[in-house]
Amino acid sequence: MSLETELRSRLAGKNVLLMTHIVLGYPSFAINREVIAGMVAGGVDCIEMQIPFSEPMADGPVILKANQESIAAGTKVADCMAFAAEMTRQHPIPFLFMTYYNIIFKYGEERFFADCAAAGIKGLIVPDLPPEMGGDYYRLARETGVAAVPIFAPTSTEGRMAELHRVADGFIYCVARRGVTGKQSSFDEDFDRYLARCRAATSLPLAVGFGIRSREDIAAISGKADMAVIGSETIRLVDSEGPAAVAPFIAGLR
Amino acid sequence: MNDNGFFGQWGGAYIPEILHQTFTELTAALRQAQADPSFWQEFLQLMSSYSCRPTPLTHAANLSRHFGGAQIYIKREDLNHTGAHKANNVMGQGLLVRRMGKKRVIAETGAGQHGMATATMAAKFGLKCTIYMGEVDVQRQRPNVFWMEKMGATVVSVKDGSRTLKDAINEAFRDWVTNVDDTHYVFGTACGPAPFPEMVAWFQSIVGTEARRQILASHGRLPARVYACVGGGSNAMGIFQGFLDDPEVQLVGVEAGGRGLDTGLHACRLCGRDASPGVAQGYRSMFLQDEDGQMRETHSVAAGLDYVGVSPILADLADRRRVRFTAATDSEVMEALDLTMRMEGIIPALESAHAFVQAFKEAAEMRPDEAIVINQSGRGDKDIFTIAHAFDDPSWKEFIVERARQYQR
Repeated sequence: MSLETELRSRLAGKNVLLMTHIVLGYPSFAINREVIAGMVAGGVDCIEMQIPFSEPMADGPVILKANQESIAAGTKVADCMAFAAEMTRQHPIPFLFMTYYNIIFKYGEERFFADCAAAGIKGLIVPDLPPEMGGDYYRLARETGVAAVPIFAPTSTEGRMAELHRVADGFIYCVARRGVTGKQSSFDEDFDRYLARCRAATSLPLAVGFGIRSREDIAAISGKADMAVIGSETIRLVDSEGPAAVAPFIAGLR
Repeated sequence: MNDNGFFGQWGGAYIPEILHQTFTELTAALRQAQADPSFWQEFLQLMSSYSCRPTPLTHAANLSRHFGGAQIYIKREDLNHTGAHKANNVMGQGLLVRRMGKKRVIAETGAGQHGMATATMAAKFGLKCTIYMGEVDVQRQRPNVFWMEKMGATVVSVKDGSRTLKDAINEAFRDWVTNVDDTHYVFGTACGPAPFPEMVAWFQSIVGTEARRQILASHGRLPARVYACVGGGSNAMGIFQGFLDDPEVQLVGVEAGGRGLDTGLHACRLCGRDASPGVAQGYRSMFLQDEDGQMRETHSVAAGLDYVGVSPILADLADRRRVRFTAATDSEVMEALDLTMRMEGIIPALESAHAFVQAFKEAAEMRPDEAIVINQSGRGDKDIFTIAHAFDDPSWKEFIVERARQYQR
């Protein structure tokens, strides 16, 4: 089943889907296992797993620190691939990789897509690879059926959104505001106008991420977007209260 | 360069979507400026009245005699206002910022010279200014931090990663994606996403244009070789552009050999065997990274050369064998610095002294009727703490200890 179809079927009977995020190897793969189990038990619809990179340009302090500590602890891309295969076997929800382009480039694009497909990964989010730089990347995505999920930003013009839609698959990741991950966003009238522009530019489901932390945030975007993305907040939660706090937190969001 | 910002296989613009529109506008502003002859005239006028352009080309007669080979000429970028070639790029981008109507500038800095120049430009043009600098570099280039703050800039000490130049660049990008509407990122070197490599190289071409004219006037013909140190590559691109179309002129880029190429403690991307192709900080080039693509720690006594990547334009010139790349170690740099100060009364920056090392190695084997040009990209005053420490200077240490004692009272 394609990622888009799977998300649409999950959306039946729900106001909004939930996607969560983890940094692989932070604080450890063992804790990642517990956190993912908690997320699934709490009812998430989709999980993006970040393969750490030493230069995470689009990430704020929480995820930046998680990237650096994971690498310092010895996390390798091959470990992330093996872990992904284990998770997709165990849990009946779609899993995505999020990472920066150099990780894919160094692994070898062809091999990366083949291994993702073999590991059951449904899609990729790569914030530093605009379509004009990613000829082979988008071709391989189509060939292997691993969805290339592009990013819309509030600064994207209509023309740019149309360009991004042409290469898109699975869903569109709409960045809620300017800035990096992990800071508060406000879901005001400007945001509504932005989301309406996104909706007009694509037929794919819309995910909204950056700064979504609470039940109130999710209520604010329900009915407008198709999926809410919780990123830094679960890392903060696991850091402060441990992995057992994840399932009740997720369950309380909708 | 092709339409997507590639030089051969290197370059491009690997940027988050949030910056796409800003890059479109920046590229348009650059194209407009390049097509408008009055822009370059305004730039030349500014650099001759606010900085000291044209900077002189000094014949180093004593060093030439000492080595007994080629005539050694030094292009004096140290005599720019703020003490380095960095001012050329910064004042040029400042004029662009005025045209674009942005009110705030940010910059990364390693040695502090680019931050200094940006803080100066912001003060002159009435712009708000924030400078990102790795914590390690704040420590080793403290005098520049002091001056930047005095000129009204906010200096942010970056404590992530290796706490050096690359981390300052990441943090500046994080600021930019947050404040993209009113802020311009004054990128300091011929790296980063397109159009920065081309833009920075364009403003720095003023160095090579002058140097070519000056060596023809002083020496009567072209130099046999031109030497420049290579961190990101902006001073090298600046002087090399004056001679790219003269195949008889050898161009030599000198990277930071640190403690030696076989120690792993260096910043050699184009010479040596430790770097490999990668994509980081918005561009594709040769990077010092591991097999997974994680950036490695680099090392150099010179903060401005201590960087994981290198200009995509230079990577292409290396592929085409137009520029030869070598390395100078930290200890060779101290020797060359010592010799230059004693024989010529000139204090090169630690970065620039790398170019002197290679020139000194080769000068003796050349004929006295041949000339070589060394680009002295900056002055060494900023390095007083590092240099005094490296020379283990007793009277300086005594002074510091006494001054610290006074502050403790």
